[in-house]
Amino acid sequence: MVDILLDRIQGLGRGTLAAVSRLGRANVFLLEVFAGLSGMLTRPGLLIKQLFSVGVQTLIIIVVAGLFVGMVMALQAYYALVDFGAEDSLSVMVVLSLLRELGPVITALLFAGRAGSALTAEIGLMKATEQLSGMEMMAVNPIERVIAPRFLAGMISMPLLAAIFSAVGVMGGYLVAVELLGLDAGAFWSQAQAKVELFEDLGNGMIKSLVFGFVVSWIAVFEGYDCIPTSEGLGQATTRTVVYGSLAILVLDFVLTALMFGK
Amino acid sequence: MNTRTLELLVGLFVAAGLVALFMLAMTASNLASYGGDDGYVIKAHFDNIGGLKVRSPVAASGVRIGRVTDISYDLEGFEAIVSMSIDPQYNSFPVDSSASILTSGLLGEQYIGLEPGAEEEFLVAGSVIDITQSALVLEQIIGQFLYSKADEE
Amino acid sequence: MSETLIKIRGLKFSRGGRVIFDNVDMDIPRTGITAIMGPSGTGKTTLLKLIGGQLRPDAGTIEVDGQNIHQLKTKDLYALRKRMGMLFQSGALLTDLSVFENVAYPIREHTKLNERMVRQLVLLKLNAVGLRGAMDLSPAELSGGMARRVAMARAIALDPMMIMYDEPFTGQDPISMGVLVKLIKSLNDALNVCSIVVSHDVYETMSIANYVYIISAGTVVEHGSPDEIRNSHSEWTRQFMEGLADGPVPFHFDAPPLLDDLFAGSGTRRG
Repeated sequence: MVDILLDRIQGLGRGTLAAVSRLGRANVFLLEVFAGLSGMLTRPGLLIKQLFSVGVQTLIIIVVAGLFVGMVMALQAYYALVDFGAEDSLSVMVVLSLLRELGPVITALLFAGRAGSALTAEIGLMKATEQLSGMEMMAVNPIERVIAPRFLAGMISMPLLAAIFSAVGVMGGYLVAVELLGLDAGAFWSQAQAKVELFEDLGNGMIKSLVFGFVVSWIAVFEGYDCIPTSEGLGQATTRTVVYGSLAILVLDFVLTALMFGK
Repeated sequence: MNTRTLELLVGLFVAAGLVALFMLAMTASNLASYGGDDGYVIKAHFDNIGGLKVRSPVAASGVRIGRVTDISYDLEGFEAIVSMSIDPQYNSFPVDSSASILTSGLLGEQYIGLEPGAEEEFLVAGSVIDITQSALVLEQIIGQFLYSKADEE
Repeated sequence: MSETLIKIRGLKFSRGGRVIFDNVDMDIPRTGITAIMGPSGTGKTTLLKLIGGQLRPDAGTIEVDGQNIHQLKTKDLYALRKRMGMLFQSGALLTDLSVFENVAYPIREHTKLNERMVRQLVLLKLNAVGLRGAMDLSPAELSGGMARRVAMARAIALDPMMIMYDEPFTGQDPISMGVLVKLIKSLNDALNVCSIVVSHDVYETMSIANYVYIISAGTVVEHGSPDEIRNSHSEWTRQFMEGLADGPVPFHFDAPPLLDDLFAGSGTRRG
């Protein structure tokens, strides 16, 4: 009985130590990536390649998701507001929720699932096939050549994708509100312009997605770099990217929202 | 895929992102109202500003002519001091113009309404508007109404 | 034995609580093929990673060309690695680059040669391994043996002073095995470099090696020229060289006597 209890406590201790050492590795790794960023700037081709696979290839899912989220938001807002005769405020509700929350958060979640997992899998596979080791032995720093471009591409892509998501969402909302529900187009835009603050709403939303881009890219490249180089380890690392990435986004969203909008 | 297509697609992607940002800023937020901050600043004292905020509009006859830039409290006069920036093309308001805090619609946001006076001299940067009317506070109006009812009886 | 290029003294290394090397001494000459042989799991690949400075020993020193590799600054380590070629078991080609670009990679990274010279160099290297015709293929289109040959061309791209081969013969059909054996030998002779071949393919390795180290259980069991090893009297070496099922390395994994186990009831021992 005591033995089992001791075993459990030991297990807890081992787990904690492993988690702490992982966190430490992740931080050291981040510093190395930062150091690698400078060396990468001399080779913009690497970044462009990654912007393509991280950004462009995520674009479709972002556009489709943004369109439908905007349309659904408009419908829901209409049903909620029409009872108060306030359906003219529909655009405010749609635009504000897109800019402040849905744009950055849904984009980041989709990004973690689409681009983040692909990054982890790609880097993990390069590790498993000794490509990273091979680069080291060729006196090439893989963090500089492989990791840094992917990390930076993730950070750059995220706010752009979030902006596209929100813009498409607003257009989707416009389609539903004006074309489908017959609201006045002028009222739609003027209400939004009157109530939506450039820096407070759009700016803070962009700051959010910058932070999300940083964290998700960091998690994705670290999980790939730190994975156990077997097919099983690779699968686990990919799953971890999506799970940790999504949780980090949601928790950070709360923290950032409290800091930005909670006066 | 060759380098050219790749770079082209990435260029389009970045451009699309920037256009999206621009579109959000122009059509769905109040960027337009930030335009050229070269207006002249005048001040007005109010007993009560109600729900007025920095960046609330300033209007004359319902036309937007400027915005509130600063709100502070004067400890000597025990009044609120509201600074507002008036767009430069509206530069011929008489010095005896009056400012009131009004509400757009029944529950809408509050703004400052400028009512032109009759003097020959015009308001310039740094001028202070003397004739002001504070925001209507619902509690006070109801209170006054009840008093007047009581007096009648 | 010619001048020593790699000097290993008192090397100790353990991973995950398991001792992999315990007090290993080795001298690897500047020219010729040195074979390091031993059963699977004796850390032969680990030894190469230690020499390349990718892993850090717990104790002991490894000197490459007079420099203690684990005390070098990153910059100096990288400078030294430019003079090392390494062939990984899988080839470790960069999958998103063509064969040509893979071989060009170290040249582009470390020199400022113009495109024409890069092309000439790459073609020469590819020709040396017989794969000039495959330069436009992607690594995914290559067989295992061809991938290793491309990796060889890449390893010699910067004219290194030493080439390390990690299990070059594993999983090859007889023809590509023969090709690889011939290539290692001819590259070594043509470039006059130090070749280190880690392998457990006894016959092929012995046929080209100038000197042989046999390691097992973390120590050097025996070393000498191939002839000395063949005529060794050590029972262990004989078992390894001739591939006998039973000997000093027992056929049975450590276990209690069979009868005891059969009558011990149900469940596993760990229960």
